[in-house]
Amino acid sequence: MQKSLHIDPLKCTSCLQCEMACSFENYGVFNNSLSRIKVFEFHHTGAKVPYTCTQCDEAWCMHACPVEAIKLDKTNGAKVVLEDVCVGCKVCTIACPFGTVNYVAETGKVQKCDLCGGDPACAEACPTGAITYVDANWTGLERMRQWADKLGNPSA
Amino acid sequence: MAWTRKILRVNLTDRTCASEPLNMEWAHDYLGQRGLATKYLASEIDPKVDPLSPDNKIIWATGPLTGTMASTGGRYSVVTKGPLTGAIACSNSGGYFGAELKFAGWDMVIIEGRASSPVYLSIENDKVELRDASHLWGKTVWETEGQIKSEHQDPQIRVSCIGRTGENGVLYAAIVNDLHRAAGRSGVGAVAGSKNLKAIAVRGTLGVGNIANPKEFMKVTFEKKKILKENAVTGQGLPTYGTQVLMNVINEIGAMPTRNHKDVQFEGARKISAEAMHEPRESDGKAQLVNNQACFGCTIACGRISKIDATHYTVVNSPKYWGASGGLEYEAAWALGCANGVDDLDALQYATMLCNEDGFDPISFGATIGAVMELYEMGVLTKEEIGIEAPFGSGKALTFLTEITARGEGFGKIIGLGSKRLCEKYGHPELSMSVKGQEFPAYDARAVQGMGLTYATSNRGACHLRSYTISSEVLGIPVKTDPLTTEGKPALVKAFQDATAVVDSTGLCVFTTFAWALSDIQPQLQAACEGDWSMEKLDLMGERIWNMERQFNNAAGFTRKDDDLPARLKTEAAKVGPAKGLVSGIDKMIPEYYDLRGWDTEGRPTAETVARLGL
Repeated sequence: MQKSLHIDPLKCTSCLQCEMACSFENYGVFNNSLSRIKVFEFHHTGAKVPYTCTQCDEAWCMHACPVEAIKLDKTNGAKVVLEDVCVGCKVCTIACPFGTVNYVAETGKVQKCDLCGGDPACAEACPTGAITYVDANWTGLERMRQWADKLGNPSA
Repeated sequence: MAWTRKILRVNLTDRTCASEPLNMEWAHDYLGQRGLATKYLASEIDPKVDPLSPDNKIIWATGPLTGTMASTGGRYSVVTKGPLTGAIACSNSGGYFGAELKFAGWDMVIIEGRASSPVYLSIENDKVELRDASHLWGKTVWETEGQIKSEHQDPQIRVSCIGRTGENGVLYAAIVNDLHRAAGRSGVGAVAGSKNLKAIAVRGTLGVGNIANPKEFMKVTFEKKKILKENAVTGQGLPTYGTQVLMNVINEIGAMPTRNHKDVQFEGARKISAEAMHEPRESDGKAQLVNNQACFGCTIACGRISKIDATHYTVVNSPKYWGASGGLEYEAAWALGCANGVDDLDALQYATMLCNEDGFDPISFGATIGAVMELYEMGVLTKEEIGIEAPFGSGKALTFLTEITARGEGFGKIIGLGSKRLCEKYGHPELSMSVKGQEFPAYDARAVQGMGLTYATSNRGACHLRSYTISSEVLGIPVKTDPLTTEGKPALVKAFQDATAVVDSTGLCVFTTFAWALSDIQPQLQAACEGDWSMEKLDLMGERIWNMERQFNNAAGFTRKDDDLPARLKTEAAKVGPAKGLVSGIDKMIPEYYDLRGWDTEGRPTAETVARLGL
């Protein structure tokens, strides 16, 4: 079964455990500035929204890369940056419509979410279920269940 | 290791910034944050110094677990000699600033001297500079944060700053970070203002990478987060209702100080409770509460984000207050509401927003208004003097007085002195509900006897956060004790004080202790910090920190007579509720407490105690 990261912003409290888990998994350090997932706070509305790569099937970044440094991991669908191939041209950062590929000045390469090889640290760290790693064909399952609950248990 | 091992020392008089190594011997004896910063302060200033003079220093300090994945590991403390009390002041804040400071590579920032004109400190990792803040002077906290981010063209900067009250010398001015998290008590903001220091702006991209045993740390912090999640208080009560979960609980047991402590129950409590914040209102059908928010790394998320009713008289013509903003916490709702007899939920939300916007402590402010209203009802203060009719229960008076205090206008200047000085000025010192000049928080010392001793002996003046015996006396954590008796309370208070001193020095939040014992924090420290962090060491450290603070206060001139409660709590019995007929038994508890502490009858640590603690 293919899985994908599923984000429910209504459950996010902006604790940033996901960002720390990401930087720790990839760099062995607690450093939000190195995280590949980012939580955005919108003060005026109170909204908090975690955001990261959704692993597009026809990934703009992958197609734009002139040196084929972004590869599909067939085991989980992740688009993975091959650091030793990446030349730091940043074309992928322009091609990605969502801004989820970013350049790292310290290494001269780009980085993006690679689903941690199929066991994303952010989802494991999230204390509220705002980030889950679920059946890619059924990301709507939990929301359907909530509405089904309303329909079937109107007075509850 | 977990410390960055670096201190930033800034001299505002000379306009110099220098890096120096952290004293690791002290770090092993005092950990971080409250303990370690107090050690530095006590070693570097004369305890008799005028708190608002250039000779006072002010320290921003993180702990070893600040900026890590330990739950709630985002705290920092501001330590200085406080202007409200003249005692040691240590105020603790969450939000995201503390972790950012650590990520920039600094355990602490020590500020000395006084700048000749307004400045702010800009920190971008090891690039540190004092920058002109003339254009920020006179600006609110919210404006300052926005303007600094805009000037640096960096929305990811974190700002810790003062509002207009800090500039104006309001003696309970706070230091606010991330718009609505505050090092709130004891007037630390006034000290920053006296130094012409408007803000510290930090961007840190170095992270915390020197955990002693990373694998063990991840394992143990994960296990401990599970305990928080499964606990009824930290897993359900606080995320759902925030600290406001207490409003109805405390009121029901008749421990709600009401109308400047004349009463112990507030008939309007339900209208300003957590439950009321969840109820749809008439104007737009929405609840005041929008959602909850965590501080950095916190898996509890007790913070409230609220939206005021846009049709309320306070904001109907001020759209800038209509958006989501920091919501009512229990202490603020009590001080702005119960202490004044005000039950208008939106008036309280407006007042709490102004406290955040201009950086002042809602507890001391609200409690001071309680004294103003009593003086008004007695005829000592008049409408002409105050600027408005101010009987108990007047929401209009509350919001008006909040505005003029925020701006430093008219009678607001007197309110900014706090209740002790205000009541003395009008000839009624007995009406100030305070200890060592700092106002009480939201638990009546007649109905919860341990809290009376907590207030009387707190090293920073009346405060609930130095030994929150409500946990035991009301909530039954870790074991239920009878709130109405003084028996056993000296030992209970001492145990809470010592344990809390350690928690406040780790980088973690004291709210974890609803679910965690110190023995749950110990393995997290052990995994993060090299060396021995046994329970014996931590227990002794808590006691050492407490006694160090006490020695500072003794040297500053505090004596036995300052460990006392206002006469009202010792002579005017509770009129209703379970504590009906009771007064505080503080005089009975003090001698036993001193004895347990190893202090002489004047409240000074004996030579033997000093030696045992290595002070």
